[in-house]
Amino acid sequence: MNGTLVQQLVDGLAALMLLTSFALLAQHRMISVLHWFAGQGLLLAVTAAIVAYGTGSDELYISAIMTLLLKGLLLPWLLWRVIRQLQVHREVEPLLNSSLTMLIALGVTLFSFHMIQPIEKISQLITRDSMAIATACVLLGMLMMITRRKAITQVIGFLAVENSLFFAAIGSTNGMPLVVEIGIAFDVLIAALIFGLFFFQIRTTFDSLEVEAMNAHLIHKDDDE
Amino acid sequence: MNNIGAIDIALAASVTAILATCSPLVVRRQQHLRAIMCLLLAITAALAVAAGISGLLGSHGQTTLPLGLPWMPMHVRIDALAAFFLLLIGALLLPAAIYSQGYLRHVKQLIPMVVFLPLFVLGMIGVVISDDAYTFMLFWEVMSLASYFLVTFDHHQAENRKAGFIYLLMAHLAGLLILGSFAVLYAASGSLEFQAMRDAPLSPVWATGAFLLAAFGFGTKAGVVPLHGWLPDAHPVAPGNISALMSGIMLKIAIFGFIRIIWDLIGAGDFQWWWGVLILAAGSSSAITGVLLALQQSDLKRLLAYSSIENIGIILIGLGLAMLLARYDQPAMAALGLVAALYHTINHTLFKGLLFMGAGAVVHSTGTRNMEAMGGLIHRMPWTAALFLVACVSISALPPFNGFVSEWLTFQTALLAPQLGSAMLTAMVPFSAAMLALAGALAAACFVKAFGVVFLGLPRSDMAIHAHEIDHWMKAGMIIPALLCLLLGLLPVSIIELLDGIPQLLLHVSLTESVQTHGWLWLTPVHASQASYSAPVALTGMLIIGGAAFLFLHPKGHAVRRSTAWSCGTPETNNRMQYSASSFSQPMRRIFSAIYQPEEQLHTERRAHPLLTTRVSYLVHVHDLAVDKLYQPIANYVLLQAKRLDRRHQQDIRSYLAYTFYTILFLLALLSVQQSAMEQRNQPAATSQSQPPATLPGLTSGQTGTEVRR
Repeated sequence: MNGTLVQQLVDGLAALMLLTSFALLAQHRMISVLHWFAGQGLLLAVTAAIVAYGTGSDELYISAIMTLLLKGLLLPWLLWRVIRQLQVHREVEPLLNSSLTMLIALGVTLFSFHMIQPIEKISQLITRDSMAIATACVLLGMLMMITRRKAITQVIGFLAVENSLFFAAIGSTNGMPLVVEIGIAFDVLIAALIFGLFFFQIRTTFDSLEVEAMNAHLIHKDDDE
Repeated sequence: MNNIGAIDIALAASVTAILATCSPLVVRRQQHLRAIMCLLLAITAALAVAAGISGLLGSHGQTTLPLGLPWMPMHVRIDALAAFFLLLIGALLLPAAIYSQGYLRHVKQLIPMVVFLPLFVLGMIGVVISDDAYTFMLFWEVMSLASYFLVTFDHHQAENRKAGFIYLLMAHLAGLLILGSFAVLYAASGSLEFQAMRDAPLSPVWATGAFLLAAFGFGTKAGVVPLHGWLPDAHPVAPGNISALMSGIMLKIAIFGFIRIIWDLIGAGDFQWWWGVLILAAGSSSAITGVLLALQQSDLKRLLAYSSIENIGIILIGLGLAMLLARYDQPAMAALGLVAALYHTINHTLFKGLLFMGAGAVVHSTGTRNMEAMGGLIHRMPWTAALFLVACVSISALPPFNGFVSEWLTFQTALLAPQLGSAMLTAMVPFSAAMLALAGALAAACFVKAFGVVFLGLPRSDMAIHAHEIDHWMKAGMIIPALLCLLLGLLPVSIIELLDGIPQLLLHVSLTESVQTHGWLWLTPVHASQASYSAPVALTGMLIIGGAAFLFLHPKGHAVRRSTAWSCGTPETNNRMQYSASSFSQPMRRIFSAIYQPEEQLHTERRAHPLLTTRVSYLVHVHDLAVDKLYQPIANYVLLQAKRLDRRHQQDIRSYLAYTFYTILFLLALLSVQQSAMEQRNQPAATSQSQPPATLPGLTSGQTGTEVRR
C-alpha cells in the first residue's frame, strides 16, 4: 500500500469521525447515542491501525487494539449497563432545538477548517488533513456537553472530546508514546467508572439525572441558610 | 561592643517592644500586665529617643540582621532622616506609655492591647530603620495590621467594626501602591536594597511612575484629601492612647515613607516641576478641607481627626515647596522648606498627641465624645483643661509655642517663590500660601470652639456635672508633651541645628550658616534683613505686657468681686442659653455653605397659638463631600459588579462549560489571526526564494524520528 492510499483512507475515516460527531449531537435516544459512541471508538481503532500500517510503527498497533477494546466495547457496555439500570432512555427536550444545534455545529466545523489551514501547510505528515476534523470534533463534543440536560449525555460528550483528542494525536504526531497512551486509557476507564458510580448517587440524592435539579437544590439550600 | 551606635540602641528598642508583646505569656494578672507593658513601652521610647538623638548628632550605622528569608536578610540602617523619626516616635511614645498606665486602669480585656500596641510600635520603629524594600514592607504591614486591631479594640459596637474595616481596606490599598512603587525601583536597580535603588539611574517615565505610586500610597496612609476617607472614622473609635499614637506618629511614618522613597531613593535630581505642584495642591486642599470639616464636628475626637488632615496638609505644603525649589536649583531654600515640613511634623506629633490624650481624658471621665454634652469642665478637670489649652494654643500657631515656628517657616519658604523663575509658579505659590493662611485662621477658630465648648461655660449634661479629674499617671503623660511644645517653640535655632543632617543628606546643603548667624536667640531663615523671630524675646514681651495689663485691671488692694453674669433681665441663666458646638460654627457654615452643603432641618412647634412657640428643634448634618461624591459611588459600583458576578456564579454546570467553549473559540480565532499576519509578513521572502514554506522544527524532527524507526 503506498502513501497516497493510506492518506486517502485516513481522510475518509476522518470524514466518518466528523459524521459520528454530528450524529452524536443530533440523536436524542440514549441507546442510539451509545451506538454512535461505540461506532466512533471503532473508527478510532481502525484509524490507528491504518496509520500504524502506513508508518510501520508497532506501538500504534498496540494502541489500536487498546482503543478497540476500551472505547469500542468496554466503555459503551459500561454506559449501557448504567442506562438500563437507571431506566433513562430518552433525552428530554434539549436546550436548543436540533436544527439550530446543527447550524451552530456547522459553523464551528467551518471555523476549525479555517483555523487549521496555516498549520496544514507546514506539516508533512501523511495524516495532516485530519487535523481540522479532529479540532472540529473536539468542539462538537463540547457543544454536546453544553446543549444536553442529562448527566449521562454530558459524560458521553466528554468521552467524545477525549476520542477526538486521541484522533488529533494520531493525526498530528503519529500517536503519542505508548506509555502516555496507556496512562490516558486507564484514566478514561477510571473516569467512566467513577461517573457510573456518581450517576447512581446523583439519582438517589436528587431523584433526577438532570443537572438543573442539582443546581436548584443547591440554590434552595443557600436560601435556607 | 566598645562603642554602642545609634543602630544598636534602636535594635534594643525593638527587642523591648517584642518583649512587651510577649509579656501576656508570662504575666497573668491584669494589673501587673498593664504596668509591665507601660514600663517596657516607656523603655522602648527612651531607647528610641536616645537612638534618635545620637543618630542626629552623627552616629550613623548599618547592619544586616540574621533574620528574614534565607536569601534575603534584613538590612537596617540609621541616617539623619531615620534618626529624626526615631526621635519623633520616642518623644510621643514615652508620655503615651505613662498616660496608658492610668488610662487603661478600668479596661477589662487588656490582652489585645498588650499584644498589639507594642507590635504597632515595633512596626513603626522597623519601618524607620529599614534599609531594604522587603524589611520596609514587612514592618509597614505589621504597623497597619496591628493598628487595625487597636482601632477595633472596642469591637462590640458595629460602628467601630465598620470604621476598622474601612481602615483596613484603605491601608491595604496604600500598601499595594507602595509595593508598586518599590517594584518600579526594583526593576530599575535589580536589587531590593535601598543603596542600590539610590544609585540606579531612572528614566523620567519610570521615575514618574514610582513617584505617583508612592505619593498616592503614602498619601492614603497619611490621610491626604481626597484619600482620607478612613481617618475621621478610625481615629475617634480607637481608645484615647491609641488615637494619640495613630494621629501623632503613624501619619508621620507615612510622611517618612514619602520622604524616604521620593527624596532619598528617587532622589532630588530626578524631580519634575509638576511633582512639586501636585504635592503643593494636595497639601493645600488637605489643609483647607481638613480644617473646614473639623470646624463643623461636634464629636470631639472627630474634630481632632479632621484637624490632623489639616496638619498633614501643612506638612505637604512645606514638602511641595521644597520639591519645587529643589527642582529649580535652589537647594538652600529647598532645605528651608524641608526643615519647615519636618519641624511641623514633630510639632504636630507633640500637640496632636497631647490633644488626643486630653480628649481621651475628657471622654474617659464624661463617657461621651459629643461636645454638646460637655461644658464647664475647667472647674472639674483643671489640669486637663490647662494642658489641653497649651495644645490648642500650639496648634493654632500662636507664639511662643512650637506651632508658630513651623508655620512661620513654611510661610517664609512660600515667600521665596519669586526665586523660582517661572511666572506660573510664582503666581501659584502665593495662592497656596493664602490657603495656608486661611487654614491657620480657621484652625484657631476651630480650637477656640473645641476648648470653649468643652471646658468653658456651664455643663450641658449630668455627665459633664459629674466629671472627675484624671489620675497622676495621665497627668504626667500629658505634662511631658506640653513642656516639649513650649521647648520647641522657644529653641527653634537649636532644633534646626539638630535637624541639619537631613538637608545635608537629601540636598547636600546645610542650613546652619544662614539660620544661626545671629546666635541661638534669633531665628533668621534667610537673612536678618528679611525676617527674624526670637521666641524668648516674644515670650518676655508677652509676659511684660500681660503682667502690666493684669496690674492695671486688678490694682493692688482691690479684692476680686464675684457676682452673677448680666442676664438681660431674665431671672436665671442656664446651660441652654450658651453657645453650643453647632451654633458656634454656624457663621462659618453660612459663609462656606457652597463647600459644606449642609443638611439643615428647622422644626418649630406651635401648640396653642400661632405666635406662641413651644418648641424649636434644629438639626444639622455636614457631609464629607469626598465620602459622598467619591467613595460612595465607587463602593456602589463595586457592590453592583459583585452582585452581577455572583449571579453568574449561581449558574449551572452547562454555563460554565459554555464559558470554556467560548474561551477556546476566542483563543483559536486569535491564533489564526496571528498566524495569517505572520504569513503575510513571510510571504515576500518565500516567493523570492521559491522554496517550499519553512517547516516547524518540532515537526521535522518528529518526521526524522519515524524515519529512523522505520
